[in-house]
Amino acid sequence: MNRRAKKHVLEGVAQYVVTLCGILAVFAVCSITFYMIAKGTPAFFKVGVPQLLLGTEWKPTAAEPAYGILYIILSSVVGTGFSVLLGVPVGLLTAVFLTEISDKKMAAVVQPAVELLAAIPSVIYGLLGLMLLNPLMFRLEKLIFAGSSTHQFTGGANMLSAVIVLAVMILPTVVNVSASAIRAVPAQMRAASLALGASKIQTIFQVVLPAAKSGILTGVVLGIGRALGEAMAINMVAGGSVNLPLPFNSVRFLTTQLVSEMGYAEGVHRQVLFAVGLVLFVFIMIINLILQRMRRKAVDNG
Amino acid sequence: MRKNVMKTIAAGTAAVLMMGAFAGCGAAEETTDKAGNGAAGKTITLAGSTSMEKLCEAMSESFMETYPDITVTVEYTGSGAGIESLVQGSVDIGNASRGLKDGEKENGAVENVVAIDGIAVITDKENPATDLTTDQLADIYAGNITNWNEVGGIDEAIVVIGREAGSGTRGAFEELLGVEDECAYAQELDSTGAVLAKVAATPGSIGYVSLDVVDQSVQSVALNGVDATEENILAGEYLLSRPFVMATKGEISEQKEEVQTWFSYVESEEGQNVITQLGLILPE
Repeated sequence: MNRRAKKHVLEGVAQYVVTLCGILAVFAVCSITFYMIAKGTPAFFKVGVPQLLLGTEWKPTAAEPAYGILYIILSSVVGTGFSVLLGVPVGLLTAVFLTEISDKKMAAVVQPAVELLAAIPSVIYGLLGLMLLNPLMFRLEKLIFAGSSTHQFTGGANMLSAVIVLAVMILPTVVNVSASAIRAVPAQMRAASLALGASKIQTIFQVVLPAAKSGILTGVVLGIGRALGEAMAINMVAGGSVNLPLPFNSVRFLTTQLVSEMGYAEGVHRQVLFAVGLVLFVFIMIINLILQRMRRKAVDNG
Repeated sequence: MRKNVMKTIAAGTAAVLMMGAFAGCGAAEETTDKAGNGAAGKTITLAGSTSMEKLCEAMSESFMETYPDITVTVEYTGSGAGIESLVQGSVDIGNASRGLKDGEKENGAVENVVAIDGIAVITDKENPATDLTTDQLADIYAGNITNWNEVGGIDEAIVVIGREAGSGTRGAFEELLGVEDECAYAQELDSTGAVLAKVAATPGSIGYVSLDVVDQSVQSVALNGVDATEENILAGEYLLSRPFVMATKGEISEQKEEVQTWFSYVESEEGQNVITQLGLILPE
């Protein structure tokens, strides 16, 4: 009887602890959302939605301040877009190599290497970009814009550097998620395709990859999320001036905008930075909603 | 059924917790506000230059640790407005990040220079252009001069590096050079260290930092033939420097006791430490 009572109490306590942890997570999400909206919206009223979102001039400390963040939004979108365009094909083909082409020995080398890539902190990517990529870009910049009087030389800290660094950073996400999607494709499908006379490569690209489509897309969306949210590495390689996102322009992303100006900003400037945070937050939420919908679809199909 | 109950409980608890948290924040803010305006006890009021915010915050914090019975409040209204309120008698000390004008002195404001802010212009070590005029520097930062060969250097593009909007160093640099809001930065970095490192590593770059951090990795540029050194700044010959003035109405010795305590604290070793730790120069 005693033992039973003890067990009963234990069960109850465990249930409460677990529930409490669950509530904590919900609380965190709710309070962050509430906080971002509460802090981010006043700037929209003060500055005006079109002036803020469509303005191209960022002069927060000028005598007549301008708080246009269009170039910053564009930089984030373009930077993320191109890093995905660059990173996804490489990542996908790496996943194909890992799962379909390589023998076990090779896979045993490549797989941990990719996983290690995911574990490297972003500041290290930034540092490498700063030390290796930027000087290289500066040389390229000097070659391309030799004699140009209109181009502002940035010393190699530009959009292109940011895109390359981001592309490398999203590789592990894309590779790992795509590889598991490809592994989940039933072996019978490959066998059937090969039996019909298709070559190995034909099988991979016309049977296996289409079958793993939704999993691969999940990887891509996760990659977009990672690229969009990255701050540290970009802050180190992208230059940080607010410019149109051209390859050799120094640019500022939504994330780096917060990182670099939050320190001393005050008044409306500070409020606008919270608005920038809110814009980023909305972007990330959209990405996540897409992801959740895709997962649900994948489950329905499966 | 049970699931629904749990959900309701969870949402309810979350809501209550959230309310509690926000209510808590509000309450905390109110109390500090009250403490700040507290009429009880001795107070010193300062108003003026926004550029002196860091100095004033650090100094008043350290001061109030030593003299917990004296409350220091600082408003950042701008140099002119600060001296104006001093003259009108609404504050004890008027902060100005410039020398006092003759008119202000005639109205009874006395200039007490507590610190001097100096900014060095730096380039990478290989750059042969080591002397610029202030006009050339202004043109470089405004984007009118883009190659070093226009200012007596080699044929090399100029990479204009600066600080982020809101930085005190940037504010002072642009103001002293007269290029407020006109600067075309190729890179906006968010710390002194980053500017120093970037300039050291980028051929053809130019940047500005507080005078005290300049090291062997970069070379500092002379302005109108005057080197950026403490001696030249104290002698008043180097352009990119400005005094931080805490003006009083009448001499310090005529002020009320708290204000005298404040100035003797600023002059003390601790006070001088606060100043040098912020990278400012001590006046002689």
